[in-house]
Amino acid sequence: MNRWLESVEPLVYESRIKVPYTWSVGETGSRFLIELRDRKKIFGTRCSKCDIVYLPPRKNCSRCFSNLGEWVELGLRGTLITFTVVHYESPAMPIKPPFAYGIILLDGASTGLVHFLGEVNIEKIKPAMRVEAIFKDERIGDILDIRYFRPLQ
Amino acid sequence: MGKRVAIVGSGQTYHKSKRLDVNGVELIHEAVTRALENAELTRDDIDLVIIGNMDHFEGINYMDMWSIDGAGGFMKPTIKLTTGGTTGSTLAIAGYHMVASSLFDKALVIGWEKNSESDTTAAINTAFDPIWDRLTFAGAIGGLAVEASAYMDDYGITERDAARVVVRDRKNACRNPYAHLRKEVTIEEVLSSPMLCDPMKLLDMCPRSDGACAVIFASEDVAEKITKTPVWIWGTANRHIYSYINDVNFHGLQSLKRASKELYQKCGIKEPLKEIDVIELYQPYSFGGLLWLESMGLCKDGEAPQLVWDGVTDMDGELPVNPSGGVIATNPIGATGLIRCAEAAMQIMGRAGGHQVPDVKIAVSTGFGGCMWSDILLYGKEKPRW
Amino acid sequence: MVRIMEKIAIVGIGMTKQERRKEAETFSDMVFEAVTRALEDAGMTIKDIDNIVTGCNDFWDGRTISSMAVGDASGACDKNISCVEGDGTFVAFYGMTRILSKSYRTTLVTAHSKGSESVSSLITNAMFDPIYTRPLGLDAITSSALQARRYMDKYGITEEQCAMVSVKNHGNAKNNPYSQLPMDISVDDVMHSRMLADPIKLLDTSPITDGACAIILAKEETAECFSNHPIWIKGVGFCADAYHLGDRDLAECKSLERAAQTAYRMAGIENPLKEIDVAEVYDAFSYQELMWAEGLSFCEKGGGGRLTESGKTKMGGSMPINPSGGCLSAHAVIAAGLIRMAEAALQVRGEAGDRQVEGVKTALAHGVNGPCGQSHCVWILEK
Repeated sequence: MNRWLESVEPLVYESRIKVPYTWSVGETGSRFLIELRDRKKIFGTRCSKCDIVYLPPRKNCSRCFSNLGEWVELGLRGTLITFTVVHYESPAMPIKPPFAYGIILLDGASTGLVHFLGEVNIEKIKPAMRVEAIFKDERIGDILDIRYFRPLQ
Repeated sequence: MGKRVAIVGSGQTYHKSKRLDVNGVELIHEAVTRALENAELTRDDIDLVIIGNMDHFEGINYMDMWSIDGAGGFMKPTIKLTTGGTTGSTLAIAGYHMVASSLFDKALVIGWEKNSESDTTAAINTAFDPIWDRLTFAGAIGGLAVEASAYMDDYGITERDAARVVVRDRKNACRNPYAHLRKEVTIEEVLSSPMLCDPMKLLDMCPRSDGACAVIFASEDVAEKITKTPVWIWGTANRHIYSYINDVNFHGLQSLKRASKELYQKCGIKEPLKEIDVIELYQPYSFGGLLWLESMGLCKDGEAPQLVWDGVTDMDGELPVNPSGGVIATNPIGATGLIRCAEAAMQIMGRAGGHQVPDVKIAVSTGFGGCMWSDILLYGKEKPRW
Repeated sequence: MVRIMEKIAIVGIGMTKQERRKEAETFSDMVFEAVTRALEDAGMTIKDIDNIVTGCNDFWDGRTISSMAVGDASGACDKNISCVEGDGTFVAFYGMTRILSKSYRTTLVTAHSKGSESVSSLITNAMFDPIYTRPLGLDAITSSALQARRYMDKYGITEEQCAMVSVKNHGNAKNNPYSQLPMDISVDDVMHSRMLADPIKLLDTSPITDGACAIILAKEETAECFSNHPIWIKGVGFCADAYHLGDRDLAECKSLERAAQTAYRMAGIENPLKEIDVAEVYDAFSYQELMWAEGLSFCEKGGGGRLTESGKTKMGGSMPINPSGGCLSAHAVIAAGLIRMAEAALQVRGEAGDRQVEGVKTALAHGVNGPCGQSHCVWILEK
């Protein structure tokens, strides 16, 4: 069969999977995003049993499994845990390279948040840098309402 | 046989068309919490998490990894199974094997779906081969309509016969607080509902729902300590025969025929109509509630309508089918097969509340999906002797 | 609690060549090829297979119910069958329990993917939470880069040490006729290859691959009937960590440690570096071989770089890792873990041809599921 295939142009069928999605953010996520949108504030949820403040906020603790009702306002500042500078393009990315991602541990949170780093010299990013959240002027209730985190001046 | 395995508890969400108040992880957490409460266990007691859904309905790749917070899998063995509509029953079967292997004592099995998050038909279409089947395939309903037409043609079955099945299930659902559609319908209403795909009308078809179900399987070493009414898995069987829709033999559900034959043999069932006390049948459409009873060997080919008209499958009949209201009333697809399992177990446990069938000793649940595939499980109040 | 397992063996192994793009084969064709080879290898026909577990992924395949594509090719017709969606090592685990449950004597386990048929960045982007992370455009490469940077910072691992893994594994692939990218490269070549996402460069990354694998598991009596070289499963374990990347310290792989401990306890292994003769480890990126070596207790925490520099993990060293060339040389996702198992089994059999490590009695195979090594499965195989 392979020999036959060499003598013809193999047929290739191109297509896309087009399934539109409308993901329910849920009550917990909605509150978080609405605070981003309306008040430029970042909130986490706290498990008092395990002493963990989750960001992004969760409805239940993954460890003790209890429902979490305690909202904690977090600072807009944090410490950079890790980062990477991206040098390739992908259709998944909303911006073009070079740009940087980071995982930021906001003051008051126990877990890190993945986001963009901006207003930063990509050659000079270092872990443990102190950074602050910068919001977009026009916000819609979306994780990208935070434009990026930038090094503290 | 390996270790004997029993169901020791289950939990479901109150199934609805849209659960906008929770994301998928949170929906899962609800069902899991209820199951743990039901079995009086905690997350720490669980040795293994098995979870499934139909990926394209929620668009999450490696869903088992994503669901960890709500599924209870943090720092535990976690694994995902998916086989389309049969996912729920496939998950139940996996719960059985994983515990029977002796490697785990207590497995938490979870099925869920948030059908509201996507276009169900668009997603189902991607199941079929992109070169040969997808362009002419018309979603789940297409294949079922062909089966229904063949059945009507073979035996003179009527749409009215099929409608009687819907009436039964929708009535039963009214007594099930978890069911999605809880309003009775009449035969006339079914017959006059909008035609979707001849002979299937709107009310012949199942809805799509948002919901989750969790079932806890335990080894015989611990099951009786966890609950006074463990539900023993006597046997499981399945057939996922076809890969291409055009290969399917639509005269009788072949996969269910073969799987049930194997199951009865394994479990020593010689007269299923007499020996089985209740069936939770994965019946996504009305005609399936007739034809598939024949495929399960409950009566001769062409005679199921008589069984149904005679009331044999009603709540007070000899062999109630779908006391929960079945799939016609509730269909969060990745959960649906597992809900059949949970409901069958609840019947044996005596915990089915308003839709309890009295004195259930042997129950059966099935799964359906994919390319006319079937899964089947049999449960007993008594420990199996083998 | 240590679980003692009944004896289960791998009795048949089959793989397709792993290639960048298989123009002539569909998923079904690839699986059929692997299954046919596995049956031949076991001296069995499809009639001897009691049940089947396929490994698939709806996203990679572009099909919901992706198991449907390979049903025919796996012999599903009149048999009990199921499907695990996850790396092949997890698929094999379930296949094994279906024998341990005493329901079946043999299980055929298959796994496949065609990376060439989709845009991998979009497929791996879909692993991430649609509300919080996916909109950022994160994918397997950028998320792994975050992990690599964290690992390197915490433990002082260098890019050169990671590059050595790439050099070793591509070099090993020259001995493996099934592998996609046998290459003679130097640390310098890796260091100068195109930067993708700091610190991950092109030659630190696994390729896009099409491939399939099948293995046949059998219970003891059946194994001994069919095979004159059954490879026994002495221990196995799997475990999943937290999901959100920020929930974990990405420099640690606690779930791998737990999975490995479960497998080692079952197998009675107390000193892995001494008692294991060869390891096939899931190196989707060069830094991962170092991290996973630590998680598997081949060295102390943070010692992955030194272990690589010591030469112990090279062919001819005391603990060769990835004589097959590993995922760095061929990475058909989903199939890759099953291929690690197949390669480890071939090593124990003494049938690994030019890539054979001398005197192998005990081999380790490892697979990963989820972003940044969230979930791991570890197998110990013995003669």
